Amino acid sequence: MPGSVHSQDPQDQSMVDAVDQSQEEELVLDERRILVLPGSSETAASFQFEGEGHTMGNALRYAIMKNPAVEFCGYTIPHPSDAKMHLRIQTIETTTALEALEKGFSDLMDLCDVVTEKFTASRDQFNEENNNKMQS
Amino acid sequence: MAPLVPSQEELQRRRIIGINAETVTNIPSTDFPGHWPGESHGWALDQFKQNFNVEYHRNDRYEASFSLIGLDAAVANAFRRILMNEIPTLAIETVYVHDNTSVIQDEVLAQRLGLIPLTGSVEGINWMRWEQKIPGDDAPEVELTDFNTVVGQLSIECTQNFDAAKDETDARKLYHNAHVYAKHLSFGPVGRQSEFFVDDGAIRPVHPDILIAKLRPGQRIEMELHCVKGIGADHAKFSPVATASYRLLPDINILSPIIGEDAKKFAKCFPKGVIGLEPVTSQEAAKAGSGYQGHAGELKAVVKDAFNDTVSRECLRHEEFNGKVKLGRVRDHFIFNVESTGQFESDTLFLESVKVLKLKCARWKRGLSDLMA
Repeated sequence: MPGSVHSQDPQDQSMVDAVDQSQEEELVLDERRILVLPGSSETAASFQFEGEGHTMGNALRYAIMKNPAVEFCGYTIPHPSDAKMHLRIQTIETTTALEALEKGFSDLMDLCDVVTEKFTASRDQFNEENNNKMQS
Repeated sequence: MAPLVPSQEELQRRRIIGINAETVTNIPSTDFPGHWPGESHGWALDQFKQNFNVEYHRNDRYEASFSLIGLDAAVANAFRRILMNEIPTLAIETVYVHDNTSVIQDEVLAQRLGLIPLTGSVEGINWMRWEQKIPGDDAPEVELTDFNTVVGQLSIECTQNFDAAKDETDARKLYHNAHVYAKHLSFGPVGRQSEFFVDDGAIRPVHPDILIAKLRPGQRIEMELHCVKGIGADHAKFSPVATASYRLLPDINILSPIIGEDAKKFAKCFPKGVIGLEPVTSQEAAKAGSGYQGHAGELKAVVKDAFNDTVSRECLRHEEFNGKVKLGRVRDHFIFNVESTGQFESDTLFLESVKVLKLKCARWKRGLSDLMA
């Protein structure tokens, strides 16, 4: 595993944040980060998403579980007053947990594109039919 | 070895969540690789594209109803949650009270003002920037500019109406401005806002007749209102929807014939139009073992429109229908209902929610490169 780049020491965190904020104001959003929790290996890792909840957690879990190389995927929000989401991924040897996570994001994004496309088409068709009905 | 392909009947069976008198069955999704031996359920975009479908039922400006078919609950729920909590909208956030001699306290009045839905040029609201609010007292001071704050005024005083009849008891006629309504709020554009928030695009309350406060002669309210963009997760006033919900399409399966008086009773167990009554044809009556023999011309119950069923399970309470009917819901057919508060149109709100989910994915994915390094 590339390893947890970010230390879990809270003091260390605030130092990083302070630097980020002075650098660029747009970073406010990007301040939320992913950590790899201790005890990870290439094919089995737990990720911590800051500022994320069930919205992303469950959808991501679904997308990752759809990957045949994934043995296990689950998510949890360890404490409701902590805006943190943990995602556990275990894969078979042909891939890594990190790759599976990345594929999950890609698949979810592809899914969004299809939904947008089909939704727009269906709405436009519906509007057209209704306009015709009103005119006739 | 080519993966096994389940039969259509089997797939249909898996699509239905069973609803019994006291229990539900077949609840979790099983379309994952490794669940059904030999079958492939891996993610395939082409297949999703083929199976996914949208049906529109209603598209009013501020209320839309549509079905998303072929989606997993995890994703449908993500859209619903984003609709309520993560689409930025404009609302009154800070109120500077210069004068308030009404009986309603400053903080209560400010809270009421915050909840008033605002509308205006969508282009302009989209042009305005939204920044994540940093909680806590040590949050950095945000510089107020035209792209993050709309400034409004509420300036009103109640006076005696000397033209009112002597025996008048209605406060609204006895006094001027006895009632303060949302229409008394005024928002003027500043800076580049004047490109968007003018004429039809001006920022204004969606409903002009929302009662804000009541005054009596001599009482005065004088306030400056600052509107900013925020998200529903921070405060419900920023939620762009009044309701955003989905339900699963109901499924009614009549297993064996329900005829005559029973059929009428059966139809009464459901909302109007869900169950229809049709005469048994002579063909059906002639067929041995169909259960219709000798009932030609009598009425039988047929499912006409399961869409409008409420799945009340009333029919399961009556002994005569025991084993004759199976209720269920279709696992991957989500009937959405999105009611906007008036700042954006309902259909754009849904598209926006899809966009937000995609953006979130993109952002997290970019953050992954940190881990890879």
